[in-house]
Amino acid sequence: MSALLELRDLHVFYGQSHVLQGVSFDVREGGVTALLGRNGVGKTTTCRAIMGLAEPRGGITLGGHDLTRLPTHRIVRLGIGYVPEDRDVFAGLTVAENLKLAERNGSARYELVYDLFPELRERGRQLAGTLSGGQQQMLTIGRALLNENRLLLVDEPTKGLAPLLVTEVAHALERIGKLATVLLVEQNLGVVRRVARDVVVLDAGKVVHRGPAQELLSDPARVRSLLGVSGGREVRPVA
Amino acid sequence: MSTLVLLTITGLGLGAMYFLIASGLSLIYGLMGVLNFAHGAFLTVGAYATWWFQGKLDGIGSAALSFVLAAAIGLLVGGAVAALVEFALIRPLYQRHIEQVLVTVGLALAITALVQGIWGADARVYDLPAWTIDTTEVLGAAIPNDRFVEIATAVVVLIGLQLFLRRTRYGLIVRAGVENRAMVTALGIDVRRAFTLVFVIGGLAASLAGILSGIYFGSIDPERGTSLLIFAFIVVVIGGLGSIGGSAIAAVVVGLLQQYANYYASSGLGDLSVVLLLAVVLLLRPAGLSGRTATA
Repeated sequence: MSALLELRDLHVFYGQSHVLQGVSFDVREGGVTALLGRNGVGKTTTCRAIMGLAEPRGGITLGGHDLTRLPTHRIVRLGIGYVPEDRDVFAGLTVAENLKLAERNGSARYELVYDLFPELRERGRQLAGTLSGGQQQMLTIGRALLNENRLLLVDEPTKGLAPLLVTEVAHALERIGKLATVLLVEQNLGVVRRVARDVVVLDAGKVVHRGPAQELLSDPARVRSLLGVSGGREVRPVA
Repeated sequence: MSTLVLLTITGLGLGAMYFLIASGLSLIYGLMGVLNFAHGAFLTVGAYATWWFQGKLDGIGSAALSFVLAAAIGLLVGGAVAALVEFALIRPLYQRHIEQVLVTVGLALAITALVQGIWGADARVYDLPAWTIDTTEVLGAAIPNDRFVEIATAVVVLIGLQLFLRRTRYGLIVRAGVENRAMVTALGIDVRRAFTLVFVIGGLAASLAGILSGIYFGSIDPERGTSLLIFAFIVVVIGGLGSIGGSAIAAVVVGLLQQYANYYASSGLGDLSVVLLLAVVLLLRPAGLSGRTATA
């Protein structure tokens, strides 16, 4: 299967700090590729560089289009949806307004979003800032799904969520992985085990492993040495 | 009683002008993070363009007609200058806050000097319809009619801005951008268009304030923008950066406080009392009266 997203020798600096040090990997078309690594190794910075929110040096292409010199809004219009790490809902806007803002053309997929997250329909008039963490996460994922994107960047969607909500988000990611290519930053290996086809592991701003997800996750010793954690519990399917 | 009524309505008229200037300042800072010290220059440009065009339109009809036509042209000139400033000077300097301050301060000084160089430092007077100078009795107080014009204009602008922010897509973008500009761009929106639009809206509102100041104070002068801008900044801080509703409330409070303090305490204490109010608000409620950085 061909690569949709290609990163080549990617470097990102924050002041004197050399955060990404020559990151190269491909994201194959279709399915979920998980970007793994300990805290602070550059996973979120990789997403921000792809989105044009951090200044990259090196190559980033989406379906052959060079992204490195494009402003963020033009990168998005090439077909990238972004679910940021800190949820970043617009707190002073209602749920419906948050979704409306994300509309890029006349074919917004509200039915898909409401089918995945029925609560968003019910809470349309509620201010996003008054939603729980899980509901805010649903809103940011819903916002990214509203348009037909080729690639979704989803940064730690289960961070800080209760176990039941983690299951719900994992279920949504499974469905999303069938609709678009997903690059998923995730610490919860149970979720990765359930949804990811490929994994890329970063350490200290460099790629230290890439390959099929099951191959890595079935080797506890390798998981421990790369990520410093055990393989993660199974995330139960949603009833 | 009649004195209190007169002071109150006069204070509201002054507050109306502060609001017109502060609303643009507040939106520009809230959305773009730009402290626009050239905002007073838009006021001066609008006021002088109106005065100049009214002279050119002399004889086309009544004073009311020539003034309204000239004011419309003055507003357009003020809005166009604001768009030009945003495009040519502010856009290349996004995220470079020190440079923005230097450029906008320099521009304010340059425009004031330019106006003074062309038309001199003397005050200029609009040819106004007689009814603006007449008075209307309210609860025993003889109120100059222009006060009602200023208050009504500010109310219309406030309602218009709220409708724009709440009912239009660009309003939605502005409200979201005030909260998190980067995330707005991450939704595929070219926020720079909203920047230009907000600058133009600010320029139009400031020009309107400049024109109304010519009615309120009876004349315009090159320093008008600078003197009103100081109080508009105070209104923005008291109201809460980025909040139009907060600016409206703060403008009324500042306008009334100035009038009451000048009359009941001592002439000149009005300005001091406003600065004291600013200090109290900053100490007790640093985010301003609105307590947040949303726009509505």
